[in-house]
Amino acid sequence: MTSPLLTVHDPRGYAPQVSAKRLAPRLATLEGKTLHLVDCLFDNSEVFMQQLQAWFAAHLPGVKTAIVKPRESWVDDPAMRARVVREADAAVFAVGL
Amino acid sequence: MAVEADGVPTVAVHTHVFARLARQAARVNGTPTLRQAFVPQPVVGVPPEQLRAYIEGEDPINKRPFLQVLLEGLTGELTAEDLAGVGFDRDTPRLLPPAPEDELLARFEQERWTDHLPIVLPTEERVAAMLAGTRRRPDEVVGQMRPTNYREAWQYTVEKVAVNAVMAGARPAYLPVILAMAASGMTARQSSTTSWAAPAIVNGPIRHEIGMHCGIGAMGPYSHANATIGRAHALLSQNLQGGSVIGDTYMGSLGNAYNYACTWAENEERSPWEPLHVQHGYEAADSTVTVFLGGWYTISGYGPRDTWEQRFRHALAACEPYSPPILLLDPSAARGFVERGFHAKQQLIDWLAENARVSAREYWDDPWVQTLIKPHAVAGVEPWASMHAAPPEQMVRKYRAQDISVVVLGGETQAAWKMVGGNFARAKTVKIDDWR
Repeated sequence: MTSPLLTVHDPRGYAPQVSAKRLAPRLATLEGKTLHLVDCLFDNSEVFMQQLQAWFAAHLPGVKTAIVKPRESWVDDPAMRARVVREADAAVFAVGL
Repeated sequence: MAVEADGVPTVAVHTHVFARLARQAARVNGTPTLRQAFVPQPVVGVPPEQLRAYIEGEDPINKRPFLQVLLEGLTGELTAEDLAGVGFDRDTPRLLPPAPEDELLARFEQERWTDHLPIVLPTEERVAAMLAGTRRRPDEVVGQMRPTNYREAWQYTVEKVAVNAVMAGARPAYLPVILAMAASGMTARQSSTTSWAAPAIVNGPIRHEIGMHCGIGAMGPYSHANATIGRAHALLSQNLQGGSVIGDTYMGSLGNAYNYACTWAENEERSPWEPLHVQHGYEAADSTVTVFLGGWYTISGYGPRDTWEQRFRHALAACEPYSPPILLLDPSAARGFVERGFHAKQQLIDWLAENARVSAREYWDDPWVQTLIKPHAVAGVEPWASMHAAPPEQMVRKYRAQDISVVVLGGETQAAWKMVGGNFARAKTVKIDDWR
């Protein structure tokens, strides 16, 4: 004996549409460029960024680095983003979860 | 990702346990080849020399030197996939293909649409019956939700909420409460490494109209309404926000038993004080639900007895600094406070705020305080700026009075109390009557 077929609802919500985005052009070299180290403010990420900055100073002194911080963690900071876009040639964000 | 979109090449650094989550986030941003580098977990609590070793060591996910991944991520040529990105639609069907009951139950389990307890299958008939519990249209958008604030938000309708209410075993009469919880946008399935839950307090006449229980065993499984409303909030959270899947959309290290269900009703009739919703500007005749982000800790006790002040100070000192308590009092405990001069609930809240103190050193030595409160202190926002400037051994107040809640529930078999984490300043109160 076959079981009767049931029709049931899908329990999931509606995901937003994903639109394709291209990556930013990469640099030919970091030499002579400004690299922003964006501290995501997670616990101890500041120390990580200080260590990364120290590594660049020791091994790639031609790269100018600056540690940049958003206003608060996990909240978009348009002013900080604008500063990075205006002043930096490249950026590292760390340490996210 | 926004900086990358503005034309600046970026590399995002994560710890290795978040690799799946980070790649999933890049994929739904439309940039699956976003450059990501990984260091070992943990970073929190690790001394500078070990962080330097991470930097000079291997990326545990990309299996290449971390610095090579980082430097190559910022330089060189882009691939065709980098230039195109990947866009897609994720249409959610209204109905699943017809199938036998046992196959559907297996699919719901396999897809991780359940809490691994038996569910009621949301047939068209059952969902239609559930929708009779509200005057709202089935296709009306209720709100949106996400596992945490840097993830994409998913949207849902009245019908989708009703589907999850059916699965939880709820009755149509409960639907307005469940819709109000969904409308709060507060997820009961936060993805945070801190295994949050969403304790909720129901106030007003609807408690009795639908049989919610606030007497003996008020926080336990002794009421169909309490249990299934709480479970419905949990199920709708995971299914309507885009999942609660370990490694992708859930990272709570310990997990939390409150994630099954934690919706409670205040025992307004036996309380000597005004109920929670009236404290916050609603009429006593209004029905509301207040949804907290919390449940990280529970501390229990008896009293007030002769040494209650010392006991409460100890309990308050043990509460997580980032998560102020909801003090849940049995009515007999509440009357004990009235006998000690706390004639208004606010007086007790003020006492709690004044006496919740730890040393500045202990307060700031907390990952969430460091991550989420320290930036405000550095920016000069009070009271945190003064607390940050305080000498390490100075005792500082952990909470503001507006962050603390007091709720009366229970059946007077014992003058018991509990402190459960839940910050009122981050809670949402929704009027249930709007969803009837």
